[in-house]
Amino acid sequence: MATTTTKSVKINNQPIKNEIVEKTSVYKTNQLNLWYGSNHALKNIDLDIKENEVTAIIGPSGCGKSTYIKTLNRMIEIIPTVKTSGEIIYRGRNIFSKDYQVEDLRTKVGMVFQKPNPFPKSIYDNIAYGPRIHGIKNKKILDEIVEKSLRGAAIWDEVKDRLNENAYGLSGGQQQRICIARCLAIEPDVILMDEPTSALDPISTLKVEELVQELKTQYSIIIVTHNMQQAARISDKTAFFLNGEVIEYDDTDKIFSNPSDKRTEDYISGRFG
Amino acid sequence: MKYMDHNVVSSKMKSRLTKNKFFKGLFFAATMFGLIVLAVLLIRIITQGGGYINWDFFMNFASRFPEQAGIKSALIGSIYLMLVVAPVSMFLGVGTAIYLEEYAKQNKMNRFIKVNISNLAGVPSVVFGLLGLTIFVRNFDLGISILAAGFTMSLLILPVIIVASQEAIRAVPRELREASFAMGATKWQTIVRVVLPAAVPGVLTGSILALSRAIGETAPLVVIGIPTILMFTPNHLLDTFTALPMQIFDWTKRPQVAFHDVAAAGIIVLMTLLIIMNSIAVFIRNKYQKRY
Repeated sequence: MATTTTKSVKINNQPIKNEIVEKTSVYKTNQLNLWYGSNHALKNIDLDIKENEVTAIIGPSGCGKSTYIKTLNRMIEIIPTVKTSGEIIYRGRNIFSKDYQVEDLRTKVGMVFQKPNPFPKSIYDNIAYGPRIHGIKNKKILDEIVEKSLRGAAIWDEVKDRLNENAYGLSGGQQQRICIARCLAIEPDVILMDEPTSALDPISTLKVEELVQELKTQYSIIIVTHNMQQAARISDKTAFFLNGEVIEYDDTDKIFSNPSDKRTEDYISGRFG
Repeated sequence: MKYMDHNVVSSKMKSRLTKNKFFKGLFFAATMFGLIVLAVLLIRIITQGGGYINWDFFMNFASRFPEQAGIKSALIGSIYLMLVVAPVSMFLGVGTAIYLEEYAKQNKMNRFIKVNISNLAGVPSVVFGLLGLTIFVRNFDLGISILAAGFTMSLLILPVIIVASQEAIRAVPRELREASFAMGATKWQTIVRVVLPAAVPGVLTGSILALSRAIGETAPLVVIGIPTILMFTPNHLLDTFTALPMQIFDWTKRPQVAFHDVAAAGIIVLMTLLIIMNSIAVFIRNKYQKRY
């Protein structure tokens, strides 16, 4: 899927490291504005998100980071008062264009939510949900998808003997990995994660973080996090949001060692937020 | 300076505790009042009508002689009535609830509809009877039939089913819908595969309770003009019929005292039917207890 193109990426007019970066953009956000009623929640967002990388979005509560990630698969439209302007180009097509079917977009862009939200069904039915709604009925194929997805989410060994049990019987951390597996089952291109570890204990958090590292070889991952250490540990690029604006977007190493904006520095050093 | 004087508090403690006890007793008495009246009623009916409950009572038609009177036509009529009311009212009720909760936009029109559905639940059953008489019996020319009575009863209990289903659907966590939408499911797929399975206990409980109201309801049947004495059982849905409450009503009106005992026997049958239906509702609620 990943075709290398010849675009070398420059950020702040400095070449990244000393090698030629050959990564395709998955998402290009151009001048995105978003309003909840009269509340201007996202202001002139420009972001270029690359393939097979982990992009972290950090910022204090209410800065618009969750709003932004939910705009990427248009889940934000569930709220009726939302209005947007600008464009988000996903793989060359504007997701806001009239003929873009939102169901089609969401089949390619999976999402993992803040609170683990498995269905009150068996583990098997949870994972098979996505493939089933997209028309796969063959039991053998479903079996394979379920195993592959659970292995992909590093939870196969823990649940392989209890696939027919209700997913609600699992611990919070396991439930979250079931949700990740459920997302992998639709074989997405991008995985959006909205604070996936904020409801989890430290050990489960660690497992999810390790998982993200493994998944990025196959998927492009965009993760919203409250936890700056987490962003530093797992991401390749970091965007710092404040009051609905992108203050700084750069390599994670650069953001955390040598931020160019004073506000970024204040935030990551814990002076506010 | 301290604001709490513990000596004063202690000295007033006793009257507070007395008050507490008084209200506990008062509310217990309120509970008991209803229960005792119900118990007296039940005992009276059972002693009065128990003797008439036997196989013949179920197999006989109405009769001039109390010993030979039976409820065959009424019982079968009531069952036929339920066969119309259950599918019609549940389809319309659950459908309306799904539309209002899942599809309808939050605008003035829909808020107005929602408020008025609750109001509709308070309309007296006689009024529904008149509506049924005008529309189904006369305008649609269904005659005094099971179908006409069934549609009327369905209208009567529709608001109850709608409100119960709406509440059950609303209780399904938003997160589950989001999980489904985020995987590219359409609204319909989400409703069928996620929302409805989770809402089923609430929907069924509400519907069964509403149906048990319909089976005991008399006024609309009287207004429509359902006969009380029928010497045959209906063959199809456009046949005329009679129902349990009508039969009981008729027996109670008769001057012979023996018929009052027959009425009591009829009440026992009707109440048993209601208890069975309510038990099913309780069973379903407990079995599919929400797990989120």
